Amino acid sequence: MTTDQKLSNPPESCGGSGCGTRREFLGAATAAMATALTGCGTLSKEEFLQRNFKELSKQEVLDVIARLEKEYKAKFGKEVKVANTQPIPGVIFGYALDLSRCIGCRRCVHACVKENNQSRDPEIQWIRVLQMDKEEGVNVQHADAYYNPEEVPQEGHFYMPVQCQQCKKPPCTKVCPVGATWRDKDGIVVVDYNWCIGCRYCMAACPYGARHFNWGEPHLPADQLNPNTHYLGNRPRPKGVVEKCTFCIQRTRNGQYPACAEICPTGSRKFGNLLDKDSEIRYVLENKRVFKFKEDLNTQPNFFYFYGV
Amino acid sequence: MKNLRPSVPPHPVPPPPCGPVARKGSSMRLPTLSTLAAGLLILLGSSAFADPPAKPPSAKAEEPAIQEGIQVPKPPFSEGIFPCTSCHDGKSQKPDPRRRELTGMHGDIVLEHGPASRWCLDCHDTNNRDSLHLASGEKIPFTASYQLCGQCHGDKYRDWRVGVHGKRTGNWNGAKQYLLCVNCHNPHSPRFKALKPMAPPARPEQIQARKGGAR
Repeated sequence: MTTDQKLSNPPESCGGSGCGTRREFLGAATAAMATALTGCGTLSKEEFLQRNFKELSKQEVLDVIARLEKEYKAKFGKEVKVANTQPIPGVIFGYALDLSRCIGCRRCVHACVKENNQSRDPEIQWIRVLQMDKEEGVNVQHADAYYNPEEVPQEGHFYMPVQCQQCKKPPCTKVCPVGATWRDKDGIVVVDYNWCIGCRYCMAACPYGARHFNWGEPHLPADQLNPNTHYLGNRPRPKGVVEKCTFCIQRTRNGQYPACAEICPTGSRKFGNLLDKDSEIRYVLENKRVFKFKEDLNTQPNFFYFYGV
Repeated sequence: MKNLRPSVPPHPVPPPPCGPVARKGSSMRLPTLSTLAAGLLILLGSSAFADPPAKPPSAKAEEPAIQEGIQVPKPPFSEGIFPCTSCHDGKSQKPDPRRRELTGMHGDIVLEHGPASRWCLDCHDTNNRDSLHLASGEKIPFTASYQLCGQCHGDKYRDWRVGVHGKRTGNWNGAKQYLLCVNCHNPHSPRFKALKPMAPPARPEQIQARKGGAR
């Protein structure tokens, strides 16, 4: 009897008082473990116990979204809408970028940051514009992402923005040990930030450098927050998760163009449904000189580069 | 999600005097009998449509958009310059078709668009300054200036009509906002102007330096 009591008694921390039953003890232990494991004391029990997003029932998804919206309101002091818009049947998104027109002005990079609620300090950017030598052609050995002249385009150079290529065979989803990232039915590769454990295998696997990690708590001022968000897209992220371009899932699943395509002053960015034979994107693929970046890796991107002239 | 590519027949179809025609199902690559007939009709009766409708120019400017269901933005006129007929009314200001250096008005316009072979009245209509005219003499409103550009830049015009050249905004599966050629290219100096690039990304070492080492 005495040994039993000793076993059921928690260690010194509870001191015998207030932890009367086994259930209470386990509940406290779970909470303590959650704190210890995540290094984050603010994690709620619901958040800690949330399962993979793909396994949730409809009601559970609604509960999760309601919880997130409440949390964001408390954090940012304004209403944030977290949508869970599903893929449109009969749609696979494709993107084509005109290398003969892009002038490397980086309007897309910053429009993307604004739209997708990336951390502002340090700033995470989903698009990286590479300045390349015309003499070298598309050669990442001769690429500079940090160019900053007075004016672009610079003589003898061309510009190649690189973002997530939304591969048909994405190596990033293959290596994820927990299934926190997957390719949705419309071809968008998404991340469940609540399921991501931050191991960064996907970043190592991605040959395009398209995935980015929140090393610190993302710094996003409330007045710069875009309140129109999607669960798998631009909702505010926690520390320690990987994020990436989602073709502006919160916009494109509602029929809009992605923010980068909307802002481009040269009209280099073309977006549409690959399954619609009358779409702009199909015209580009059928009539222009098109290539895929790092095609030899067989990632089969749905992001294409072309020469409009 | 159906056909959203504006398919414009080679010549404007009579009822809408101008503008890209976004009709479902018709493909620009297959000129239909009706298109050819429309073209023929234009050739025969172009004078009938060349007359500007008896409407104020502002109403006319919005017409193509309404008819086609396509939002064409207003041409980027300088402030207070349109309608041109407020000065060029044909009475106080007699049209002078001689090719010359402009000294009084419009001295700020620098023609860098083949200046050796081109002059104002090659595109602007001598007798109705609120219109442009094609090489054929057919008058077109400023909102349909792409037809004028397309006379020489046919390859760009074709690409523009199918949505490859130029920018489209709005919905990939619905209503789109189009831009006219002149929204990006100044017709008097059409080369796309260089821009100042926005801020480059921070280098990894810069992030560490600012934060006092890796976090």
